[in-house]
This record gives sequence, C-alpha cells and structure tokens, in this order.
Amino acid sequence: MVALAETEPSSVHVQQVTKSFPAPDDPLARRQALGDISLSIAPGELVSLVGPSGCGKSTLLRLIAGLEAPDSGELLIGSEPINKPSAERGLVFQDPNLFPWLTVRRNIEAGLVARRVLHEKRNEVDEFMRLVGLQGFADAYPYHLSGGMAQRVALARALINHPKVLLLDEPLGALDAFTRMRMQDEVLRLWENRRTTMLLVTHDIDEAIYMSDRIMIMTQPPGRIDRVITNALARPRDRSSSEFLQLRSDILELLHFAGDASAMSD
Amino acid sequence: MQLAVPLASLLTFGTHWLFSKSAPPLETHSYTLLFWEILGVSIILAIAQRFWPALREWMRHMSPIFTAAILLVGVWDMITSGFRLLPLPYFPGPASVLRSLIIDRGLLADSTWHSLALLLSGYTLGVIVGLISGVCIGWSSSVRYWGMPLLKVVGPIPATAWIPLAMVVSPSAIVSSAGLVALAVWFPVTMLTASGISNTRASYLDVARTLGAGRAYLIFRVAIPAAIPNIFIGLFMGLGASFLTLVVAESVGIKSGLGWYVSWAQGWAEYGKVFAALIIMAGFFSTLMTLLFKVRDRVLVWQKGIIKW
Repeated sequence: MVALAETEPSSVHVQQVTKSFPAPDDPLARRQALGDISLSIAPGELVSLVGPSGCGKSTLLRLIAGLEAPDSGELLIGSEPINKPSAERGLVFQDPNLFPWLTVRRNIEAGLVARRVLHEKRNEVDEFMRLVGLQGFADAYPYHLSGGMAQRVALARALINHPKVLLLDEPLGALDAFTRMRMQDEVLRLWENRRTTMLLVTHDIDEAIYMSDRIMIMTQPPGRIDRVITNALARPRDRSSSEFLQLRSDILELLHFAGDASAMSD
Repeated sequence: MQLAVPLASLLTFGTHWLFSKSAPPLETHSYTLLFWEILGVSIILAIAQRFWPALREWMRHMSPIFTAAILLVGVWDMITSGFRLLPLPYFPGPASVLRSLIIDRGLLADSTWHSLALLLSGYTLGVIVGLISGVCIGWSSSVRYWGMPLLKVVGPIPATAWIPLAMVVSPSAIVSSAGLVALAVWFPVTMLTASGISNTRASYLDVARTLGAGRAYLIFRVAIPAAIPNIFIGLFMGLGASFLTLVVAESVGIKSGLGWYVSWAQGWAEYGKVFAALIIMAGFFSTLMTLLFKVRDRVLVWQKGIIKW
C-alpha cells in the first residue's frame, strides 16, 4: 500500500468566480451560470455541493477541473492558479465515460499512458484494480460491466494519477438505490484510505449527509452558495440515527422542502 | 434433407445430359466431370455427417443454399443450351463457360494477379491519404474551413471521370490507374473519418484531459479509436468504389487485369470467356469484402463482444 499514499492532498480555493454561457435561444445574450462564488476546501476534506439541477454545480466542478475558464475571479489549488486541466485534479462524471475501445485494465492505465509513466508504474494497475474489487475483470470491455462496476473503473482510472483533488460530478446518480449505498461506502473507504481532497456534487441529501464533512447548498441560477453546513456526525454514520434524520430535516427546511406548514408559507 | 445436394446435382446433370446429346463431347467433358465430382463429394459428406455432429450442423445450415445454386445452374443450362431461349453467342451455357475458364486459366490467373496488385496499391494509398486528410479535417477547425469545401466539390466527381486527364498527366498507365483507384477510395474514407473524428463525444476528451492527456493522446488514443466504427464504413464504401474504378480503368487504359480481359474477350465475341471473367471477379471481389468484414470484426470486438456477464 506504499504507492497509494504518494501525493499530499491539496486545498482548493475559489475566489469571487463568475461564469456565463451564450444563451441557447439568443446568440447575443449570455446566461449567467455562476454569480460570485467563493469557497475554500481544506486538504483532505470531503465536501458536498447540493442544489437543484441547473444551479451551476457541474459548471463549478468543470471550472475547478480546468475544463472551463471563469469570466472573473480566481481558482487556486493550494497556492497554484488553475488555468488548464491537469492529472492532479481527477474528475468522475455520472456517466462513467469509460473508453469503450479499451479493456478495464487499459482504461485504468489510461492516465499513466497519457502522462507517459506507464513503464515505471505498471505494478500499480493491479493494485488499483484490487482496490476497487475488479481483479477478475481486467480483460473485459466496458459494455460487459454493470453500472456500479463501470463507475468503480472510472474511480480507479481517476485515482491512479494520485490526484491532489478528486472532483465527483453525481458519480452515483445513475445507480440503483442498493448499489448506490454500497458505492457510497466504497468511495468513503477510498477517501479514508487515501485522504484525497474530494468535492462531491450530488442532488441526494442523504448521500451528502452520509459522506461529507461539510455540505454546501447552492441556489437557483445564477448559482450562488447559499449556506454551508458543517456535518459533525461521527463516522461511520448511521443513516437511521436520530441525529442523521434531524440534520436531514434541517437541510430540507433550508431548501424549502420541509413537510410542515411554516415552510410552505414563504 | 441431407440428400438434397446430390439429388439437385443429379437433376441438373440429368437435364444437361438430355439436352447435350447433339453437342460435341469435348464441349461438355469438363462439365460432366464437375458434376460427377459434386455428386461424389456430396454423397460422401451425407454419409460422413452421420458420424460427425459439427459437419451435420454445418450441412444443415448450408445445404439449402448449395441446392439452390446447383438448381440455378440447371435452369441456366436449360435456358441457354437446352431450349436456346437466349441469343448466342451472347449467352453461352454453363458447360462452355466452364470450358473457357479451364482453357484460359493461365491468362485469367495472370489478369487476376494484375488486378489484385493494382487494386491493393491504389486502395492502400487511398486509405492512407484518406485517413490523414480525414483526421486533419475532423480535428482542426482551420483545416476543416479550407479542406471541407474542396472535399465537397471535388470528392463527389466519380474517379472514372478523371480518366482522360489522368492519361495525359501521368507517366504510365499503371500509375494513373492506381491513382484513380486511390482517388475513388480517398473520398469516402476522408469524409467518414472526418465526421467520426469531429463527432467524438466531448466527455471522452474531457476525461482524457483530466487524466493528463496532451494533444497526441487526444487525437491518437481518443478521437481516432472513437471514430473507428465510422472509418470502417468509409473503408467499405471505398472498397466498393475501388472495384468499379479498377474495372473501368483497366478496360480503357492499361492492357492487363480482369477489366481488360473482359473487354478483350468481348472484342473477339468470346462470351464464354466474358462470363468466366465475371465469375472470377465475383469470387475475387467478394473475398476481399469478406476479408474486410473479418478485419472489422476483429478490430471492433469492443462494440459487440461474445462473452456476457
């Protein structure tokens, strides 16, 4: 397991970032996706980003990944500005996006090949396949895999680069409820094991409470961070404990989804 | 069921025997021999399949089509040398085609060899150039800006329409014919490669970038593999176009190959030889198509696969 603790996790800083896109209906107008976002994530922290769809969660993740550039503001990884994609910021999407023409093993190796370090690090591939429980599937093609297995390959593919930050864009959103709960434990195990900084975008409040140290709630477009909730529940967390359920109802109330009349009135 | 093939060959040969009493025995000798062989082999197979399950499976699958093919030859025989419904010498019977095939086998083999060499050199050249231009047009928007209009205007011209020009420009007829075949292949390969490359799923490229990929990786390890299914469509279309261009180029330009053989035999009104060459062409072209299908199935295992779990 020596190889697995190679890179120090890093902090993430987003400072007054705005981002707009051309409006789909009017080429001259621009639609504001993110309006003035600031946040900081400590090294090794697991933070969830929760909010309704279209509030710019994924855009924020793409900015941190370096796939998009902000209109204004600054993004830092540690003290380094982010200006292009890099292997130190891994990204896992809801769709595993495995390369269908590569076997499981070659998919996991992709990052090593891209960085031209496959020769030195070939022995790590087996280690990562074992880490995500896919030893027997090395030569299978992605179309053979179930959704949960494919997502584990995607996680291993991102982790083999020892990213300082792992960005997760609803990675478990397409899985059925049971697979999803199992995968949540899996991701937590990887995180506890490696202490990579993780930013998890999700629309599942239970998932956010179960997994993260802090929960950031984003609001409707243009996206803003409305509230940050520190989740002090002891790990491993019990989804049916009264504290868990209390936190859940607090968050639902913040999002105006609580079942009682007082929340409905505004 | 297992006896359908021998029965069909008996039937076909029986009609032939009835009709060909007047014909010179030399004409029909090899045809007779062929049918004895088919009859013998099919009876041996019908016996062997009783003890060999794999063979039985294969025969159950193949015997209807073989039976139909043999009966079709019988019908052909009846229409031509039997009732003489079609004008001679344009429509010879199967026996005289077979005779031409045997008599002229040396020249036919030589022509096939020349066609193969010309086809493969032209096809390879066209594919290589087509892949390069297709990848450039598909990947780079500035190459697309200048290249796409050229491709759209020049590409659809049938390669055979360039023959007069090619004759003048090129140093030798062989080179110009290979060039025409290459041109015919180049257009569909370029078009399909370019569209495959430019339609690469953006998320594959995004993932690759966050894995640390540079431009070479994005082109050669993401965009090109993603475009392979499209590229194969281009390769198939190009192969079809190359057959057409080859035959036309051979019959008007150079003095070798199956295309030349057909027009040469026609010039001497030896239609038995024309049909013989057509049979060779059918075998030759369909073999190449089958080979390309096999290559595709090998390369695209990741699309279908055999094992499921």
